[in-house]
Amino acid sequence: MQAYFHDLVGELEKLLTGDERFLASFAGEDSDFVRFNRGEIRQAGTVSQRYLEVDLIEGRRHSSSEITLAGDLATDRPRLRHAIEELRATRPFLPEDPHLLYAENAPSSERVQRGELPDGAAAANAVQAMGAGHDLVGVYAAGPIYSGFASSLGQRNWHSAESFHLDWSLYRETDRAVKSSYAGFAWRADELDKKARRAEAQLAALARPPRTLKPGHYRVFLTPAALGELVEILSWGGFSFRAMRTKTTPLIRLAEEKARLHPSVAIAENVSGGVAPNFQEEGFIRPDRVMLVEHGQLASCLVSPRSAAEYGVATNGASASEAPTSIELDAGGLPTDDVLARLGSGLFVSNLWYCNFSDRSACRATGMTRFATFWVENGELAAPVNVMRFDETIYRVLGDNLVDLTSERELILDAQTYDGRSVHSARLPGALVDDFTLTL
Amino acid sequence: MISELEARFRDVIPSVQFCSLRFVRERQEHLEVRRGVLQPVERSEDVGVMFTVIDHGGVGYAATSDLTPSGLSAAARRAAEWARATRTRAISAFANPPTASHVGSYASPVERPWASLALGDKIGLLSRECARLAVDDAIVDWSAGLWHVDSETLHLTTNGGRVHQALEILVPELRASANRGDETQTRTFAAGQHCRQGGLEILDEVGYFAAAPRVAAEALELLDAPDCPSGVMDLILAPDQMILQIHESIGHPLELDRILGDERNYAGRSFVTPDMIGSYRYGSELLNVTFDPTRPGELASYAFDDVGQPATRELLIQDGLLVRSLGGLTSQVRSGLPGVANSRATSWNRAPIDRMANLNLEPGTSTFAELVGAVESGVYMETNCSWSIDDSRNKFQFGCERARLIRDGELGPVLKNPNYRGVSATFWRNLAGVGDASTVEVLGTPYCGKGEPNQTIRVGHASPPCRFTGVDVFGGA
Repeated sequence: MQAYFHDLVGELEKLLTGDERFLASFAGEDSDFVRFNRGEIRQAGTVSQRYLEVDLIEGRRHSSSEITLAGDLATDRPRLRHAIEELRATRPFLPEDPHLLYAENAPSSERVQRGELPDGAAAANAVQAMGAGHDLVGVYAAGPIYSGFASSLGQRNWHSAESFHLDWSLYRETDRAVKSSYAGFAWRADELDKKARRAEAQLAALARPPRTLKPGHYRVFLTPAALGELVEILSWGGFSFRAMRTKTTPLIRLAEEKARLHPSVAIAENVSGGVAPNFQEEGFIRPDRVMLVEHGQLASCLVSPRSAAEYGVATNGASASEAPTSIELDAGGLPTDDVLARLGSGLFVSNLWYCNFSDRSACRATGMTRFATFWVENGELAAPVNVMRFDETIYRVLGDNLVDLTSERELILDAQTYDGRSVHSARLPGALVDDFTLTL
Repeated sequence: MISELEARFRDVIPSVQFCSLRFVRERQEHLEVRRGVLQPVERSEDVGVMFTVIDHGGVGYAATSDLTPSGLSAAARRAAEWARATRTRAISAFANPPTASHVGSYASPVERPWASLALGDKIGLLSRECARLAVDDAIVDWSAGLWHVDSETLHLTTNGGRVHQALEILVPELRASANRGDETQTRTFAAGQHCRQGGLEILDEVGYFAAAPRVAAEALELLDAPDCPSGVMDLILAPDQMILQIHESIGHPLELDRILGDERNYAGRSFVTPDMIGSYRYGSELLNVTFDPTRPGELASYAFDDVGQPATRELLIQDGLLVRSLGGLTSQVRSGLPGVANSRATSWNRAPIDRMANLNLEPGTSTFAELVGAVESGVYMETNCSWSIDDSRNKFQFGCERARLIRDGELGPVLKNPNYRGVSATFWRNLAGVGDASTVEVLGTPYCGKGEPNQTIRVGHASPPCRFTGVDVFGGA
């Protein structure tokens, strides 16, 4: 695929006239998707897709076009030519773009991660065997994912990885279930088996009669997956330089130093620890690590090239959305084995769900508990808990009311597949929190 | 392209009980002027096909952007391989293939085509509207945009089905954010919900050219507004909040694939169970909800769904009683329940699943003044900005951009940060007033997420404003 991308770029170079330049981004995947419900296969198939986005530039005038590729040069060459001709015809109508900024001397790079993936049908069989006797529902996604960048200035970047992601739940009844995931680059039957046994053990704990809590304030433990849902909504502008400058960030009170997080909270965009490419659509190379929050205070932001040009600062290679791709939160001092004991009596929350801001300026969010949530008494799992709604500010959860973060962290690979399979990830600890507000 | 594809389909059909091909070509253009600067013009053309094979109880699909004869042949073979591999392992519905063989076509009604206005004129239009948002130094971010979609689909089946549909969609956007100190308030043009099928005539129909000064003024007004009060009170929801309420707490719970459990690992299940259909009191007698892809110009109108089923208008909730769910052909076979033509896919690279299309709350008899006049103490909320609901689609909490206090039947001061929460199973039973036909707004959203692998789909919602009693209302931090 990399060679084909380079062939396409060669074709693009031939199409340039005068002082034209181009930036080209390639995105593709060959994915098997198998969807399960009640242990049976609901949908099974393969998707092969390739997209090329070309930004055609002359001076400060430019526009972009994304085309679908067949993967066959005879077919794609005329598509490419047509796209370039359209972009060229558009240019006279466009004003100069004062915020255009692209890499002019960034290095080329190549990262190819080979995987050990089972045949799709064999993987489906393994999943069905693993879930035999249980009400299993979920999805298996696997295959190579390709990303590329090239510019007419000679820069070439390539990132491809063969990976899999099995995301599944075992249901006991109604909404009581254990959510699990197994993702990586080399499929190991014994690893899957280990995760399956862990899920079965949790499922057994869900057999007890559920308890319904009253709204109020509770001591809670949020697993890394649950905390990840809260960290995710911070990414909706929270670390964006543009949002910071336009005062539309949900962390405006942190930025204005009217509020702070717990001194132990350190958040970083750690590209070197994630699985996303380290280049972006204007060709800039992202640094290995950008500290976003240090000692509970805002340290820096993700700055896209457009923001850099608009506000006269340096870019740190963020994408246009200025959202993290590989976020991480530093570990704390709470050993995972001690979580239940330190929780004492309170709520063990495996997963949160459907978080959204209820007061964006105050960074107050609402959401639901989901899957396996337990009431814990004297350090022991006492009963599953029916789903509850929370409404709470991040400044309390990761600030005044944060008791501790776990000393171990989990790498959570994003299972989302909108448009294509995600390469985002998060490396997070769990969080023990006091006075967490449940409302419904 | 279309005739070539039809010939190639005939050439590559594998030897199976049923095979279909769904072709999608979608062109998009997004124009946005932000803070007076034209943002990079974004265009795209997405083209591909999906083969679906059902054979001896197995089902498989294969999607490809390679439309060459060899590419199509490889995809057809791959779909057949999956069907073979899933025999005896797939859900039982595929034992007797639920397939459609209808022939027909559909095209969006378009009066003023997108191309009838030159690119430079469109940029000029957006630059003017953007400038009208920048009315005060406290407006810190502002933008005007137009998003145009031109989509063509072709569905062919081995049992003679042929459906061709062409959709044209326009999404007008305006946004102004106002700031003072550590507080920022944002007002939009109905949160992008004035999206419809059609051409540039939509801009006049939805009042786009009159909106910018109001959007900016209301963003500024919110900076001085008090927080929404807390308490249990009457609540009137404007159409641009009603559509979210309908979407999340009627639309999703009635999706039959959720009821059957398909979505439990991701989008969630439903508090509705199959036995409730035909007997469950979903809301008060004022509640009438239709599935209506036949409404001209609404965002998700079509003549056939993505498996070729002809679309008809169906009542889902009649006088408060649940009478039908949102299930496509496959779900109908699986459940034995009546459904609708709603098997839809986001594009060529995803398989159809049960989705909303146009899901509308039918008008009642109250004028807007009568709705307000019936409230002794309450709040009127406009324009959704926050949504959250549990995985059974029951416990919800929604937030709006703006509210007005209501006292003794009169609209009062503006309120900021309005939120309310409730439970679907009881909320609709407190529906106490429904606006008449003159108050209905035809809206929609381009972003409804669901499915594994994930899919985003466009849905339309038409609704009048509605009044609810005994709602838990509250404000900001």
